[in-house]
Amino acid sequence: MILYLLCFVLFLVGLYGVITRRNLMKITISLSIMEFSTFLFLALIGYVKNGVPPIVDPAKPDVIYVDPLPQAMVLTAIVIGLATTAMLMAVIIRIYRKYKTLDIREIKNLRG
Amino acid sequence: MKGMTIIVKKTTQLICGIVFLYGVYVIIHGHLTPGGGFAGGVIVAGSFILLILAFGSDFMHLTREETGSTITENFGVLVALIIALTGMALGTKVFFLNWLPKGKVGELISAGVIPLYNIFVGIEVAASILTIFLALLIFKEELTR
Amino acid sequence: MNPLIPLFVAVPLGGAFLTMIIGKFLRNANKYIGMTVLLFLMVISYISITGLSGNISVYKVGGWEPVNGTPIGIYMVLDSLSAILLCIINTIGFLSIVYSFTYIAQYTSENYFYSLFCLMVAGMNGIVLSGDIFNIYIFLEISAISSYALVAFGVEREQLEATFKYQVLGGLASMLILIGISFIYWKAKTLNIADIKAALGTNTAKSFYIPVQLLLLSGFGLKAAIIPFHAWLPDAHSSAPSPISAMLSGVLIKAAGIYVILRLFFNMFIITEDMAMLLTTLGALSMAVGVLLAIGQWDIKRLLAYHSISQMGYVVMSAGIGMILLARGTKPEVASLAIAGGLFHLINHAAFKSLLFLNAGAIEYRTGTRDLKSMGGLAGLMPATSSTSFVASMAISGIPPFNGFFSKLIIIIAAIMGKFYFLAVIAVIVSIVTLASFMKFQRYAFYNKEIEKSENSPKEVPFPMVFSMVTLAVLCLVLSLIALPQVRDVILTPAIRILTDSQLYTTSITGM
Repeated sequence: MILYLLCFVLFLVGLYGVITRRNLMKITISLSIMEFSTFLFLALIGYVKNGVPPIVDPAKPDVIYVDPLPQAMVLTAIVIGLATTAMLMAVIIRIYRKYKTLDIREIKNLRG
Repeated sequence: MKGMTIIVKKTTQLICGIVFLYGVYVIIHGHLTPGGGFAGGVIVAGSFILLILAFGSDFMHLTREETGSTITENFGVLVALIIALTGMALGTKVFFLNWLPKGKVGELISAGVIPLYNIFVGIEVAASILTIFLALLIFKEELTR
Repeated sequence: MNPLIPLFVAVPLGGAFLTMIIGKFLRNANKYIGMTVLLFLMVISYISITGLSGNISVYKVGGWEPVNGTPIGIYMVLDSLSAILLCIINTIGFLSIVYSFTYIAQYTSENYFYSLFCLMVAGMNGIVLSGDIFNIYIFLEISAISSYALVAFGVEREQLEATFKYQVLGGLASMLILIGISFIYWKAKTLNIADIKAALGTNTAKSFYIPVQLLLLSGFGLKAAIIPFHAWLPDAHSSAPSPISAMLSGVLIKAAGIYVILRLFFNMFIITEDMAMLLTTLGALSMAVGVLLAIGQWDIKRLLAYHSISQMGYVVMSAGIGMILLARGTKPEVASLAIAGGLFHLINHAAFKSLLFLNAGAIEYRTGTRDLKSMGGLAGLMPATSSTSFVASMAISGIPPFNGFFSKLIIIIAAIMGKFYFLAVIAVIVSIVTLASFMKFQRYAFYNKEIEKSENSPKEVPFPMVFSMVTLAVLCLVLSLIALPQVRDVILTPAIRILTDSQLYTTSITGM
């Protein structure tokens, strides 16, 4: 239970960062922290008590494996997270070239 | 971007090939052990990135668009997709059908077409991560210029 | 198993990567690959909607048969609701790609444009076809990431700022969706939508059910830009290149937002009255607030973007009314009428809102401005743009011979028959305000002042752009035919049956 709570705390840390930070880079890092708290949670729900890693060994047929599906899901989600972060980084570099700043308070052309 | 000191360069020369080989090992054993296309591809891309970081990007003469890595990346995905589509033409005519003989559990050549997917996904991931790295590097060099 | 189903995802993916390879060596190949792919998809989506005749067809990817009645592997499900969405996606996609032949030539690196466009279409087709929630998440991300890149395609200040906002909020939405999915997996130990419905059953604790529903509603609500989550939409939709605005506003918010909300809340969760009330309130709120925010806009594309929020409010509200009535168990025929109105409005909105964005793009292409105050008198100079935008404005404000009138009429009639008089009044008022707002658009853009015809005055846009706009304008008229009972029975009624019959979807997937 404590692990799930810690995941939630990590999620809140990321959310706090996204809301309060002013630097585009720090917002991206906070978003990644949030992402990884979700991945941790997803990996945790697949745990089975006394389970072993799900690698099939023909020599030992009857052991309890942990649920491999959340692990596959986490891997997929990590790939997606990588793509999102790379995309954000590219956009941030472009923004820096246009605005010469990373402060979100200076970047406000669009409103209304 | 400038390169690093001679110590770093020499160490990189020594370990870079080993990192590359380890990546290839992870890719081709993807259906037996943890890892596979994505993890192995990241390691392979890491060996290239290590070289670029140690020796600097000046010796590479980067152009605005890196054609080689982009084409490799698209080729990797395309071949994986074609392998998936061959399932529709062979056997019971299903998308993503595993139509090759499965072999024995635990042997290197087993599990039908899954190792093939792993290899091409590995190529695609390695090329795409290298492309992302090069694109960010080109952006940065345009900034400093 | 219907062999066309995986082609909806495989062909645009193949097209996207082929464009990047062949387009490097052959000029103009990118256009023709993109157009061929979308034309093919459009044709097979029409084949599938006519060949379906109310059945649900399931495709088991990789040929994994169910074990002891439990579905394993990835299921792709094509039913009438997904077939409608497929037709919308691929038709609008085809017309937008024809439109961009000349429009996108003002930007560099066209290869990336066509490649990302195909990827976005692949993602949306995948969302609509996938039968399990995790694949919905993956395809959602494919379409979202390509749309992030497409919004930033102009790489000017505004585009970059809009795409950053869009990405941060989109990333937040993905996290909420992923947490919701993991909660469901924790409890149900399965990801297949039909199987989740069977596994969760009727006896699941409320304390588990409501947080999960709220998480998924806020995640997909962010993608659909329902009112408290709408902040990104006006920026992103107005900054993108016009064919992409047409795709985002006309298709993406429906396929990634509204469709998934309908699918999950009608077919996966047990319908509860609290949730239905919440959905109706959010729908009515976005209907009213969206149009009020739109009145003050002088930028054409921002005005259209706010109207998207408002029009999506109609769809969400009518779906909510249907849910309330279904949950109460009274008047099932009114519930189906309300849902029919919502779905009909969904189809119509795709036609007229894409047309309006294409018109805005045509005006911007010739005059170089999006500000209503600095344009005017274009009616004589750009007759095709002017007349098609008149059709679209009348359709969106609900003037009789056009399609918008019939869908709004059905929604209002359903609201009155279900004794939601207040909502009916709001719907009528919003429709009137919409009309006022589009009269302003018409007057300032096309009439208001005279421009002498001279060498450098704006002239009509090139043929591919005119072709797309005229086709969509004709669609705006033709789609009113869905109100006829004969056509409705083929297109809308099977989709409504899937949404209202709580067991039909589950039994026809797990029972096979």
